[in-house]
Amino acid sequence: MFGLNFNFLKRKNRTAKEQPPQEDLGILVFENTSEVIQAENILKSRGWTVKVMGPPPGIQSGCDLVIQFPLIENLTLMRLLTEAGIPPLEMVPVTAPLLKPVDLFHTKDFGDHLMIRAANMKLTIDKKTKIIVNISGGGCPDVPYLAWQMVGKHMDEAPRPGKIGHTLCGYALELAYEEMSRQCSL
Amino acid sequence: MLAIAGTVPDESFPLIRGRMTLKGDDTLIINGTEVPVNRGTPALAGAVIRAGEVLGLDAPEGILVGDIGRGEGSRKLYRHLVETLCEAEFSTLVFHYLQPDVDWHNRILFALDAMNQRPRLIADAGFMYAAKMSGQAISYDLFTPDVGELSFLADETAPHPFYTRGFILHQDNQVPDLINRACNHGNSARHLLIKGRCDYVVCSDKITDQVDQPSAEAMEAVGGTGDTLTGIVSALMETNRPIPDSARIAARANRLAGSFASPTPASQVADIIHHIPMALSRAMEEQEKTSNE
Repeated sequence: MFGLNFNFLKRKNRTAKEQPPQEDLGILVFENTSEVIQAENILKSRGWTVKVMGPPPGIQSGCDLVIQFPLIENLTLMRLLTEAGIPPLEMVPVTAPLLKPVDLFHTKDFGDHLMIRAANMKLTIDKKTKIIVNISGGGCPDVPYLAWQMVGKHMDEAPRPGKIGHTLCGYALELAYEEMSRQCSL
Repeated sequence: MLAIAGTVPDESFPLIRGRMTLKGDDTLIINGTEVPVNRGTPALAGAVIRAGEVLGLDAPEGILVGDIGRGEGSRKLYRHLVETLCEAEFSTLVFHYLQPDVDWHNRILFALDAMNQRPRLIADAGFMYAAKMSGQAISYDLFTPDVGELSFLADETAPHPFYTRGFILHQDNQVPDLINRACNHGNSARHLLIKGRCDYVVCSDKITDQVDQPSAEAMEAVGGTGDTLTGIVSALMETNRPIPDSARIAARANRLAGSFASPTPASQVADIIHHIPMALSRAMEEQEKTSNE
């Protein structure tokens, strides 16, 4: 398993504030977060309504993100993803609450620099050159690696965190990167 | 002896254990192997070494391994610790950028219990995430979260900061409430040093100090500034100072080091590490002056 060991996800009691299970939904389980991101991009680009969520109790394989989808579409999605070279490890109905990722972005304008925070990850660029000048926050071991690979490079030339990251911190940085790209294109 | 367990962002980097020194401010040396100091555990180690120069400490011992997020290196390090901790003579042990893994975390705690004398335990970054989710946060002397990570500690259901529930995350400016919530759910170490616009020192669920000067807004963007703070407080704790004093002085020293570096959002953490000796000396002088008044 490439991701974090989230066996503890299955140990905690959940509260009413978490998303309740929905019988008409299923989840796709993947080996690592990079595959989750690829699958999400493919499915969304083809118009499917899918969401990246936290895995429910009982799922003992895969990484720490799953894709939630309308269960009725299971065969179509499985075929599509298999053809794309990223078949899920498992496809199972949602029978327990899923954790919802943080979906808040915080933008800070330093004048010459712009910083975007997604969950616990922050990405800062030089506004004129679009060079990534800093990556901060996070606690998983791919954070220093992502910083090493990305800092000093142009937004368009830096490797995407979704491609080379392996953890939830890496996925959060991908969200920050996407938001930064969106704001840069405005 | 102060020891640091953590990772470097290079998959080919083997498990290395040995005394660490600095070459300049941007290169860490462990057993003859050079590691760039730009963020993560090498930045923490760099801060410990520079603070140790002021405090008269021996070079810290590093237990480092390569890991780029796949977790293989972290598991190798965990296994090594479980097998060797019983013979180690650490007085302070800092856990840092490691893949959160509750099962391994618990094995480490058992191994620590088997030591003749349990060291002071400090957890930051990924290992702090695992410590919280194990339900055994109180086994630790100090956690060093930022405000976002404090929200995660305060959310009893979140297994990672990425899943912190929005209604808790929105309490950004209500740090005391988050502290209470984290403590009430048993998700806080005995002490907290919370890094943020204002740094908070917490002892047994009570805020004992707040440090907000000097303030350099750009520090938030600079990767590794939390690591340097954890490094400085670890070095101070190694001198047997009470933890709240160590945390207060470290918070002030880290801010001074940042201020001396005149940071921009593009600054790198090595620029700040360079100023730690002068900053720590000043923070300690201030502390002594206050104590004598």
